[in-house]
Parts: sequence; C-alpha cells; structure tokens
Amino acid sequence: MLRQLHSLPGLIGAILIIVLAISGAVLSIQPAMERLQTNIPNAGQMSVGSLAGRVAQYYPGAEQIRRTPSGSIIVYYSNADQTGADVIDPLSGQALAPYEPSAFSIWVKDLHRSLLLDTPGRITSGVGALLMLLLGISGTALLARRLGGWRHLFCRLRGNWSQRWHAEVGRFVLLGLLLSSLSGIYMSGANFGLITDGMQSEPDFPSSVSAGPKAPVATLPALLATDLNDLRELVYPNPKDPSDFYSLRTDQGDGYLDQSNGTLLSFQAHNTPRRAYELIYQLHTGEGFWWLSLFLGLCALGVVLMSGTGVLMWWQRRQAMPRLKGNSPAQQADTLILVGSENNSTWGFAQTLHDALRQAGLQVHTAPMNQLARHYRQAQRIFVLTATYGDGDAPASAQRFLDRLATTTGKPELGFAVLGFGDRQFPQFCQFAKDTEAALLKQDWPQLLALDCVDRQSVQEFARWGTSVGQVISQPLTLLHTPKRPHSHALQLLERVEYGEQVQAPTTILRFSTTEAKQQSGWWQRLIGSRGPGHFEAGDLLGVLPPGSPVPRFYSLASGTSDGVLEICVRQHANGLCSGFLHELQPGDQIEAFIQPNPDFRPAAGSTPVILIGAGTGIAPLAGFIRNNRAHQPMHLYWGGRDPASDFLYEPELKSYLEDHRLTQLQVAFSRVQEHSYVHERLRQDAQLMRGLIEKNAQVLVCGSRAMAKNVMQALDDILIPLHLSVLTLKQQGRYHEDVY
Amino acid sequence: MKILTTTLCLAAAIALPAVAQAREITLNTQMKSYSGNEAYLAIYVTDAQGQYQSTLWVAGKKAKYYKHLRDWARGSGLNNIEFDGVTGASAGGGQMLTVKVELADALLDAGYQIRIDSSVEDKRDNRAEVIAPLTSTGAGKLTVGDSYVETFSYDL
Repeated sequence: MLRQLHSLPGLIGAILIIVLAISGAVLSIQPAMERLQTNIPNAGQMSVGSLAGRVAQYYPGAEQIRRTPSGSIIVYYSNADQTGADVIDPLSGQALAPYEPSAFSIWVKDLHRSLLLDTPGRITSGVGALLMLLLGISGTALLARRLGGWRHLFCRLRGNWSQRWHAEVGRFVLLGLLLSSLSGIYMSGANFGLITDGMQSEPDFPSSVSAGPKAPVATLPALLATDLNDLRELVYPNPKDPSDFYSLRTDQGDGYLDQSNGTLLSFQAHNTPRRAYELIYQLHTGEGFWWLSLFLGLCALGVVLMSGTGVLMWWQRRQAMPRLKGNSPAQQADTLILVGSENNSTWGFAQTLHDALRQAGLQVHTAPMNQLARHYRQAQRIFVLTATYGDGDAPASAQRFLDRLATTTGKPELGFAVLGFGDRQFPQFCQFAKDTEAALLKQDWPQLLALDCVDRQSVQEFARWGTSVGQVISQPLTLLHTPKRPHSHALQLLERVEYGEQVQAPTTILRFSTTEAKQQSGWWQRLIGSRGPGHFEAGDLLGVLPPGSPVPRFYSLASGTSDGVLEICVRQHANGLCSGFLHELQPGDQIEAFIQPNPDFRPAAGSTPVILIGAGTGIAPLAGFIRNNRAHQPMHLYWGGRDPASDFLYEPELKSYLEDHRLTQLQVAFSRVQEHSYVHERLRQDAQLMRGLIEKNAQVLVCGSRAMAKNVMQALDDILIPLHLSVLTLKQQGRYHEDVY
Repeated sequence: MKILTTTLCLAAAIALPAVAQAREITLNTQMKSYSGNEAYLAIYVTDAQGQYQSTLWVAGKKAKYYKHLRDWARGSGLNNIEFDGVTGASAGGGQMLTVKVELADALLDAGYQIRIDSSVEDKRDNRAEVIAPLTSTGAGKLTVGDSYVETFSYDL
C-alpha cells in the first residue's frame, strides 16, 4: 500500500517534477548571482532620502526607485526623448548598467510556475508540488520501513545502484524538498485565492495635500527616516500634477508622502497574512537568502536524479516479475500465490501454478512475498513458493516477508501451503521455506499441506505437489512445468590460466569476451546494441548454462565492465557437469551465460577499511575488488589455499597490488605444507588487528565454501567478544556480507 | 406587489436611456511584442487636466496588482464599483486586445481623453502611456503608446 502510494504519484508526476526541479534549479542561481553584483550599505548607513538625493543628480526625470530583495537598486526614469531603467550603485547614485530582465530567466520562471500554459499550467504546477510532498513523505516512510524503523533512517544503505542512490540522495534532499513543496503549495493556494495573502489591503489615497511648492526629494523627513535596506519601492509623483504624492513601500508597510512637506499621509503596516505570505515567498524563491536558494537548487537537482532512479527502480521491479495473465487484484482474489525468488527461476514455477489454478476457475493473485498485505478481503488460501538464499536466508523478493507477516491482521479461512525450492547438496536445503512455514504456524494460520520441497527444479516433484494441491481444492490439478532457459549470451573464451593440478584441486581462471560472439542477424541489432550481457561489477554472478541443462550454475565475477573481460575462477569437481565443461574449454570456444547482479556483495565506497576473507576460488570477487580499488581504500586480504607452489591463485596480481597499495595487507594460509594452517587460524593470530579494524568501522566480505565461512564466523565471534560485538550485529549493521557455496 | 415591480422595471427600462444616454464603443489596443509576462492595462477617461472620470476597461484580473496602474488607481481610488464588470484577461506581447464597452454620450466631444496606464511584472510601470482625445473625429485614428502599447484606437 505504502509502496503504491509512492510509485503511483512518482510515475504520474515524474516528467512534471523533472520540469519543475530543473527550472527551479536554474532559478536558484539568480539570487546568488544578483548578490554578487550588488553593493549593500550597512544598516543605518544610508537613508532612502539620501539615496533619492544622489539619484536626483543623475536622473532628473526619475519616476520610480525599486530595491530588489537581493539589494540591487533600480531607477526608472524618463527624459524628454526616452524612457529607461538602470541598475545604480546606491553609494554614488551612478548608473552601473541598464536594467533589462533577461528574457531567458523570465521564460524559466514562467515555465516553473505555469509550464508556459497560464491558468491550467499553474494548476498543474500546484499539483506537481502536492505530488512532490506526497512522494517525500511516503518515500521517507518506505525508507524507514526498509531500514527497520525511524531510528535507523540514517543507517548504511544496501541494494543496487539505483536503489542506493535513490535513498542516499533522498535523505539528503528531504528537508529542501519539504520546504520547496510546502511553500509551493501555499503559493499556489494563495494564487488561486484559497489562502489569503493579505495583498489586497492598500492604504487609502490621501484626500487632500498641502499644495505648497515642491520640496527637493532629499529633504523630505519621512524619506530621511527610512533606512535604505527597508526600501522596496519609491514612486515619484506625476510631475504634471501638483496634487499628486510619493508612494513609499517598505518591508514594514506602505504609505504616501506629501511632496511639499514630506509628511507621511497615510501609512498602513503590513498585516499578518501578508507578512506570512512574504516570508513563505522568500523561503520558496530564496530571494534575499542566496545560500538558502543555492541549497534548494541543489536539492532540486537531487530530485531530478531521484525521478530518474525512481522510474528505473519501478521498471526493474516490473521486469523482475514475469507478466502474468489475468492476475486478479489482491483484494478480489480468493487464492494467493506469494513468491520468494532470488534469480527468477521460482517465478517460472509460480506462473505454471497461477495458470493451472486460474483454469480451475479460481481468482488468483500472484505477487512477491515482500508484497504481503496486512489484510486480504476475499482470500481463502495462500500458496507460498520460495527459494532459499545463501546460508538459509530469505531470497531477494522475500527479505521483508517475516517482518510484514508479524503485522498482518485477519487470516485466510482455508489456510496455507508452503513449497520450497533448493538443492539437496547444500546443508541448509530449503531452510527459508522451513522458516516461513514455522512463522505461519506461529501465526495460527491453518495449514492445508505440510511443507514440500522441490530439489534442483525437479519438474516431477513439482507435478506431484500439484496433485496434492488438487486434492485440497477438490479439483484435479496438473502442473506441467517446462523450465525456461534464462536469456543468455554466447561468450567466447579469450584466455585460461591453470593452477592446482598437483594438489588435486585443478582450478582455472577463465576470461571471456564481454561482447556477444554470435553472428549478428541484422544491422538493426547492431544499432540497438543488444550485443553483450550488459553492465556488471566484481562480485556479481555469471550464470553459466552447461550444454544439455536449462539450470544455470553461478560463478562470482572477478572483474567489472571497466576491466573489459568477464573473469571467473572455477575449480573442477569430480562429476561436476558445469565445472567439467568449463575446464575442457579452449580459447575460442563459446559458452551460454548471463549476468546475475549481486549488489549486496561489494565493498561500500569510502575510506573505512575492508577485510576480505576467502578460500580457494572464493578469491575471485575479492581479487576483483582489490583490482578496482583505485581510491586506495585500506584493504586486508586473508586467503587460504593448499600449496603455494601449486594453487596460489592470483599470486602475481596480488603482489603487484601490494606494491601499488591497492592492497594494504596480504595474509595467506596453506593447508598442505609443513606448517599448515587455515584462514580462520590466521584471523585468530591477528585478533588485535581485527579488533582495531572493526573499531574503525571496517566492513567484512567473506567468499568461499560454507565450511570455511562457518569457521571464519566462529573465529570472528571469539575475536569480537572484548568489543561486545558479534558477527550477527555486524550483519545487522550491513557490515558483514557472505557469498558462499 | 408583483405587478408593481414589473411596472417599475419597465418604467426604468424606458426612462434610463433618457437619463444617461450611452453608446457602445470598441477599443482596439495592439500590444508591442515585448519580452516578459502579460501586461496589466487600465483604459479610462479623464478630463484635459488628467482628472479621472470613469473606467472603460481593465485588462488583468488580480486586484492585488492594480496599485501598479498608478494614476488610474489613484483616480478610481481602487473602488470596486469603478471597475465592476469591465475587467478581463491581461494582454500579452504582440496581442491585439479588442473590447466593446459602454461610453456615456456626455463624455464625447467634451474635451475628455482616453488614457492607458500599464504595468508588467518586474518591468516598468507606466502612467498614461497612451493619451487619445475622445472626439467623434478621433474615432479610428491610431495613437502610438510609449511603452508596451504599439497603437490604440477606438471605433464609435
């Protein structure tokens, strides 16, 4: 609900908000520019009377003096043959330059407040400000929810590029955005008469004047008593009309002046609504506060970035979910399918279930687990299909599920069934599905079917589960699923480097071309440039499809787009289908592969130290991080292998990184040498150093086998005891990430 | 009572033209193509000394900006009854503003003038940038404005 409240106005208003923000940013430079060109006398240094006296020397035909909020003084005059306006130096009364408001800034101002469309445009602009306010509030609430509460609003951020920038910039611009949108709404309301601005009430014109001879302007007492910095406008009397008078407008109020004796004839102080309007007007335009104006301008530029990243995120979310035919709205469906998926393969199964249930005549709503609603009006049953990520964690589309489950009200009448997806080879097989089932049971939701698990995308096991579901809904249900091959690219092997043959751990570093090797079928394909796997960074995953299998195997990337190659590190496993295939590859051969982003597993930019821990092929992403550490962030690498003579992966590279300080410190442990040791033992030896780094806010990135990761975690937990910290706390702070297999 | 009201109305309808003879005149204001926002204009009648008589037309709907039309504002005292029903949209650069308004016969050929005060946001305010004698022979003749008005004429 909250997300829709954010996305919908964002999508509707994106273009409008971009126009308002860019034009606002352009306008924001003006007060500062004007201030730079202006000479402002100190308070009490100069009166309006003495300014008028100086002006009279140079402009006998002066008609009007205006002071802009930035302090520039403009004199409007007419001589026998011409009229004109000059910006003058207040101290001398001399002309600085002719005054001509730039056509460009008038145009931008008009664009900003009315989109060049007059009244309908002004209404649209007002709506834009309203949308902006709505987005600011709902966005902050979303961010707070994502970070686990308002207190954590300024915690370290996770997610992919657009998510991080959207939130990071959002936090920065929030204040400016609220100020701009609230004041914009107020001004719009005042413009349409919904809010009173107090501008209507004017002092009455004097009914009579003394009609004496005209006195020199510099001698008029009321003008001598007014400080120049309070002036807004002085209008001279009509020279042909002896009964006319001066109009004087100041920050405090407006009045008229007798031109022969200079007495103030009727003065009216500004009323409260007007003072409020003027203050809010100044806060919005930054007129007279050049620094505020620049700040608001900067925030406006941030808003442009947020509109872009926001739309991008919406698009990515949309793409991540397959297009489902006849997906009923959440509140109208009788059957719900919630999906927990890391790399979309579970979505394929969900789609098959969705279609089959729909054919059975049910109203089905399918959504990511993260979109669990607080309440479903019509739902009778819920099917949860979920994979498990890493060491028993929630996959990407289910990370917030358990938290949200705790806040739901009203349970479906007919209960739930959970189906897990995983690989029996891993010890934490379907762990998240188990956790989900336990959480649902704890909520006292009635269970339709006991937990079932599908091993390695087995189509048969899925069909069998379908039969049980059919019994539950009292209709035969056939779930025929053909796993769809992910959209992949043909990539050519450029180079291979071999290690570890002698220690029974044949390991190869493989470098693939980043452009598609396939023959292009047409010039238009070249033109639209769909020729490679797209952008990637070290730590992302390369999904490789071995011949004859639709199920991809994932390898951590040791390179980013800027390195110009796709580099992975593969150890050959006995009977390993994919690793065997990759080890046979010779330069020139091709594979089918695609990029799977893994944005959580990479060092956060900055100057805090980074502790990299890995073993075996787990070195790959870590070596990639170090290679791209051009900012020389302190990086400490702990790595374990078997024998330095045989499987010291990346040895020459690591040594050169140490020399040019991309790598601060290198600690290696080898298990098949005389004085053998393991990487977690190395960590224990360096406990003092570890504590020091953690105290300096270090981040920890661990990559390698599950067993190693477990030992490392244990070691670090022990090391951190004196600091009253644990790995769990570091994980919660977003400072500890694992990529294990 | 109803009959009485109707009779009174009828009587008024017949009697009114005799009391204040009025005719329709057309005001044609051609704006220069200046750069900037739309102009506020006050078109009004004064005597030869510039003493305000009556308002013919005000272009621009926001009363809070009327103070910038200085001579007219002073003459009319910015009293609503002076300009009720004779206001319309402001006039942009290059635009031709044509309005038909009522003019009391007594003001024609009696030494009166039509004047125009004008104002544009962040630009010059003009008093009487147009002064055109209000005579039968002056109808259709073009008067050149000093600032935002290119030419002004009226048709009887």
